[in-house]
Amino acid sequence: MDGTGDPGGFRIIASPSPPFIYRQHGRLKVRTTDEQAEAKRVEREQKLKLYREATEAIFQKRQEGHLDESVLELTSQILGANPDFATMWNCRREVLMHLETQKSPEEFATLVAAELGFLESCLRVNPKSYGTWHHRCWLLGRLPEPNWTRELELCAKFLEADERNFHCWDYRRFVAQKAPVPPAEELAFTDSLITRNFSNYSSWHYRSCLLPKLQSLSDSQPPGRLPEDILLRELELVQNAFFTDPNDQSAWFYHRWLLGRADPKDAIRCLHVSRNEACLTVCFSRPIIVSPGMETLMLFVDRAPLPVEWRTPDGRNRPNYVWLCDLPTDSFNGQSPQHSFSLMWGDVQKECVLYQGLKESWCQDSATDEQLFRMELSMEKSTVLQSELESCKELQDLEPDNKWCLLTIILLLRALDPLVYEKDTLKYFQTLKVADPMRTAYLDDLRSKFLMENYILKMEYADVRVLDLSRKDLTVLCHLDQLLLVTHLNLSHNLLRSLPPALAMLRCLEVLQVDGNAIESVEGVVNLPRLQELSLCDNSLQHPLALQTLASCPKLSLLSLERNPLCQLEAAPEELRAMLPNVDRILT
Amino acid sequence: MADKVPSEFDVVVIGTGLPESIVAAACSRSGQSVLHVDSRSYYGGNWASFSFSGLLSWIKEYQEESDGDEWAAWQELLLEAEEGVALRKKDQTIQHVEVIRYASQDSDEHVEEVGAVQKNPAPVTSASSNDPPDSTGTACSDTSELTAPLNEPETSQEVPDVDVTLGNESHGGDTDCTESPLEQEKAENVPVGEAVVDVPKKNRITYSQIVKEGRRFNIDLTSKLLYSRGLLIDLLIKSSVSRYAEFKNVTRILGYREGTVLQVPCSRADVFNSKQLTMVEKRMLMKFLTFCLDYEQQPEDYKAYEECPFSEYLKTQKLTPSLQHFVLHSIAMTSEGCTGTLDGLRETQNFLRCLGRYGNTPFLFPLYGQGELPQCFCRMCAVFGGTYCLSHAVQCLVVDKESGKCKAIIDHFGQRISAKYFIVEDSYLTEKTCSDVAYRQMSRAVLITDRSVLKAESDQQISILTVPPVEPGSAAVRVIELCSSTMTCMKGTYLVHLTCPSSKKTAREDLESVVQKLFTPYAEAELENEEVEKPNLLWALYFNMRDSSGINRDSYNDLPSNVYVCSGPDCFLGNKNAVQQAETLFRHILPNEEFCPPPPNPEDIVFDGDGMQPEVPAPKPEAAEDVTSQGDAEEHSEE
Repeated sequence: MDGTGDPGGFRIIASPSPPFIYRQHGRLKVRTTDEQAEAKRVEREQKLKLYREATEAIFQKRQEGHLDESVLELTSQILGANPDFATMWNCRREVLMHLETQKSPEEFATLVAAELGFLESCLRVNPKSYGTWHHRCWLLGRLPEPNWTRELELCAKFLEADERNFHCWDYRRFVAQKAPVPPAEELAFTDSLITRNFSNYSSWHYRSCLLPKLQSLSDSQPPGRLPEDILLRELELVQNAFFTDPNDQSAWFYHRWLLGRADPKDAIRCLHVSRNEACLTVCFSRPIIVSPGMETLMLFVDRAPLPVEWRTPDGRNRPNYVWLCDLPTDSFNGQSPQHSFSLMWGDVQKECVLYQGLKESWCQDSATDEQLFRMELSMEKSTVLQSELESCKELQDLEPDNKWCLLTIILLLRALDPLVYEKDTLKYFQTLKVADPMRTAYLDDLRSKFLMENYILKMEYADVRVLDLSRKDLTVLCHLDQLLLVTHLNLSHNLLRSLPPALAMLRCLEVLQVDGNAIESVEGVVNLPRLQELSLCDNSLQHPLALQTLASCPKLSLLSLERNPLCQLEAAPEELRAMLPNVDRILT
Repeated sequence: MADKVPSEFDVVVIGTGLPESIVAAACSRSGQSVLHVDSRSYYGGNWASFSFSGLLSWIKEYQEESDGDEWAAWQELLLEAEEGVALRKKDQTIQHVEVIRYASQDSDEHVEEVGAVQKNPAPVTSASSNDPPDSTGTACSDTSELTAPLNEPETSQEVPDVDVTLGNESHGGDTDCTESPLEQEKAENVPVGEAVVDVPKKNRITYSQIVKEGRRFNIDLTSKLLYSRGLLIDLLIKSSVSRYAEFKNVTRILGYREGTVLQVPCSRADVFNSKQLTMVEKRMLMKFLTFCLDYEQQPEDYKAYEECPFSEYLKTQKLTPSLQHFVLHSIAMTSEGCTGTLDGLRETQNFLRCLGRYGNTPFLFPLYGQGELPQCFCRMCAVFGGTYCLSHAVQCLVVDKESGKCKAIIDHFGQRISAKYFIVEDSYLTEKTCSDVAYRQMSRAVLITDRSVLKAESDQQISILTVPPVEPGSAAVRVIELCSSTMTCMKGTYLVHLTCPSSKKTAREDLESVVQKLFTPYAEAELENEEVEKPNLLWALYFNMRDSSGINRDSYNDLPSNVYVCSGPDCFLGNKNAVQQAETLFRHILPNEEFCPPPPNPEDIVFDGDGMQPEVPAPKPEAAEDVTSQGDAEEHSEE
C-alpha cells in the first residue's frame, strides 16, 4: 500500500461524543425564528400531503392484491422518511414473498441486494428503529446463502457510532448465532467495546451470555457456572470498572451476576405424609403448576400407582412450591407395618416411609446441606471472594457512601458465610440505609430475607421444628416453603403488615404468635390443618371480617386479638363468634 | 503580477499569521473590503509549515546576512501633510538557526526533492529558478501541479491526490537515481516494526531519502495543538471554516518520569484500561479528576491552598507520587513550584473538559500541519471577497499629520493603497517603533526520527509529552511527536517538535539536553545492536523565535490610532491568544458586528418579494479575478 492514501482525518463538527462523565441522554433542540418556522410548516404540510397520498396508494394496491415492485417503491418513500411504520414493512414482506415465487433466482437476488441497501439507508436515518432491524432479521433469515460476514461488519459499524444501541446488539446476537461466530470471538468484540467505554449494559450482558458458552468449559462444570480462572479474570475486569467509576451501575450489575448462583436443579425438597389428615404434602425446588399440560406428578403407594387430585395449600391454582393431595385412608391403614410413598416428578424421585404407629413421616433435603442461601464454593473460589471482599472494603474506605459498594460487600459476606458474618452484615445494612435513604423499604425487605435464611439454617442445625423470629425487625416473610415441618412459629414484635398467602404452606403449624406487629390481613392463615393457637395481640386488625379465613382452620381453639382496633367495635365479639363457631376462646 | 491591486480598501492586513488571517476573514465576512498582504512568498509567517526543501530554503534565508533593513524610496512619495511609519524589509524574529544532519547522505551526492515544486514554495528565486528539478525526471509529467498557481492556498483534499500521482511515478520512474531501488521499495512498504526484525540494515533512512521524499513533510515553525473545546475549534465550527481542514485526534498523552517515557491515563477509558495503576490509584485519580471538573462547586476543598503552589496542593490529595507527577506535568501541564493551586485546577479542568469531544485525548492536530489553519481563514476571507497578495511587501504606513491617523500604505511598487483600518503583524514593525518593547524568545527544535519515543501496538501515534525541567525554575519542554499519517512526515519517520520559553542564549542550549535524554544520534546507534531503546535522530533543527505575545499597545512608539498590531505565535500549547486577539481587534474595528457568524444556510435563505436577489453577501466575481488566489478558493468552498 502506498503511504499516501487516505490519512483518516476527520472534519470537526459540533456534535458531542461521550463526555468525560456520563450524564443523562438528551439533546439540545435548535430554536428557529418565526419566519423559519413558518417556512418549515409549509414544507411540512407539503411533505405530509405526499406522505398521505403514498400511504393511500399503498393500501389500495394491497387491497387489490397488486403486490409488485411499485409497492416496494412506494413503501420505500414512506419508510425512508419514517422507518417506524410497521405496516409498511409488512407490505414489503408480502411483496417480497410474492416476488420470490414470480422472479428468477437472479432477479430476486438483485431485489434482495437492493433491499439490504435500502435497509441500511433506513438505519442511517434511525439506527434504533425496531421495524428496520426486524425486517433485516426476517430477510437474512430467508436467504439461501446469507453473507453473515457483511452483517457482522454492519453491526460493528453501527456499534462504532453508538456502542449502546441495543437494537444493534440484538441483531448482532442474531447474526452471531446464525453465522455462527465462536463465542470467544464475540467475547473479544465485547472486550473491545468495553475498553472504549465500560458504561455499556449491552456489552456486559452479552458477556454474561457468552461466557457460559465458551468451548473451553469442561462438561463437569455445573451448568451456568463459570470455571474459576474465567471468573477471576472477569472479576478483575469489572473491578477495574467500579474502581474507575463506582457510580456506574452497569459494572455493578455484572458483578452481581458473576457472584450469583445458577438456578438450582429441579428437586423434590420434602415429602410429608400425615396419617391424621390423610394427606401427602410435597415441596418442590421451584414453584410449579401441577396439571396435565404443565407438570405431571406420579404417586406410588407401596409401589402401586395411585391417581390423586393435587391442590395448593391456599387453594389457588397458581405456581406454588407446595402441592398436596388427599390419600384414601386404605392406602396406609392396611396390614403391613409400613407404607412407602414415592413421588416422581419428571426424572426426579423422592420416597418416604410411614411406619405403623406413627402419625406422620417425612423425607427432607436439608437447607444446610444444599447450601441454599450461598454460592457453591470451592476453596479457591472462596479465596477469590475473600479478595473481592478486601477490595470492596478498600473501595468503601475511599467512597464511604457508595451504595453499590456497600450492597456488594453485603452480598459478598453472605456468599462467603451467612452465619459467621451475620453481625457484620447487619452493620453494613445500617450504613447502607443511611447512604441510600430512597431504598430503605427495599433494604429492610432484603435484610428480613437474609435474617430468615440465617434462622432457618440455625433451626436446621439444631434439628428442631420450632422457629423463633420474634424481635427481628422483619418487614417481610420469605422462604416459607422451607418451613413445611415447623410446628411452632413466633413472629411477635416485628414490622409485619400481613400474613401472606404463602403462610398456608406451613402445614404442620400448631402455634403461631404474631403479637406486636402491624398486621391488617391474615389471608395466609388458611387451611392450616393443625393450627390450634393464634395470637394476634397488638396489631392493626380493623374489622372482624379480616379474620374470615380463619374459619378454614379446623383445629383452631384459641384466638387472641387483644389491643386491636376491632376490639373497639361493640359488635365484634359477637360477629367473631358467629364467624368462627369452632374456636373455643376468642380473647378481645 | 499584482500591479492591478485596487487602491482603496476598508481594511488592510499585513501578515498572514493566524490572528491576522482570522481578523481578515471576520472583516471580509462582515462585508468589509479587505486587502491581505504578506511580504513572504508563503502563507502563515511564523505559523507556516514547510516541505523539507521549503524548510531548507527558509533556513538558508535566515542564515544569510541581510541586505539592509530599510526601504529607500518611500519618503519621496509622501505628501506635505503626511508622515511615514516605516515597515521592516527583512524579518528579524528568527535567530540562532542550527542544523545537524545525522543520517548518512548515501553515495549519490546530489539528490533533489521529488516533484521539486514544493507545497509551500520557498521564495521563488531560491528554490525554483536556482535548482530546477533535474535528477528525478518526473517533475514535468504532472501537469496539474505545474498549472496550479504558486500562491494558492492549498486545499487539503487536493494534496493527497497530487501526492499519490507523484509518489507512484517516483517509484517507477526514478529508480536509477538512488543506489538501490529495491531497498527503497521495501523501506517504504514494510511497516517499520517488521522491517526491524527481517532486514535490520535495510530500513535505515538516509538523508537522501528524506530529501527525496521531502514533499511528504509539512514542518511547522510553530508547534501547537487545538484544545477540542478551545476558542479556535469553536471559531472554526461557528464560522464553518472547519470545512477547509481535516484533523486527527492526538492519540496519547505521555509523561516523563525517572528517565522513562510513560503513557498518562487521563480519560475514563484510559484509567479503566491502564495496567500500570492499582485499583486504589485508579479510584484516587478518577476522584481527583472528577473533582477538578467542577472544582468551583466545592471551594472548601481547596480554599486553604489557594496561596500554595499547585504541586503542594496535589500532595494533600491522597495521590501517589507518580499520579501527582502526571497531573502536574502532563494534565495541568504546569511546572513545579511556579503555578498556584487555582491556576492548576483551572488548567486541569480545561484539559478534562476537552476530553472525549473528539476522542480520548483533549487535542486535535490539523492534517498537513498547523500552517493549514491561517490558510483556511484566508480562504474564508477570499470567499467573501478579500484580495490576496503574497510576496507583496509594504514600505511604510502613511499617516495624516493633522488627524494622526493612518490613511494608506505604500507597497514595494510604490503604489499607494488607502484604507480605514490597518492591521500589522509585529514582525513588520521596525526597531524604531519597537524600541521600548521587551520581547521574550522561545526555543524550538524540529527533529526527524526513525521511531516513536514510546513503542505501541500501532506505529501511527500522535503524542504530546511534557518533559519537566531539570533545574527548578526553568521551563518544562513540550514535545509533540507526529507520525506519518498526520501528513507531516514521510513513512517510517516521525517528526518531533520541541518548544519551551528561552532561558539560555540559544535554542540548542535550551533543548539539547532533552533531545539527548529522548533520542540517540544516528551515527552512534549504528555501532550498537538493534535493541536500542531510544529512537534514532536523523536530522535536527534548532532555532529561536521571537515571542511577541502579550505586549501592550502603548509599548509601541508612534502608532496611529487606527493601526492595530497582531503578535506572532506564543509559547502556549493552544491557540487561545490568537483567537482572542483577533476578536478584540475585530470589535475595535466593527463594534456592532458579529464576529465570524455562521455562513447562511442555503435552506434558510429568504428571497425578497420579487425573488431575484438572495440576501447573502455573495463573493463578487470581478474582485475574485484580478488577484492570484481567490477564484480557486471560491470553487473549493462549495464542496
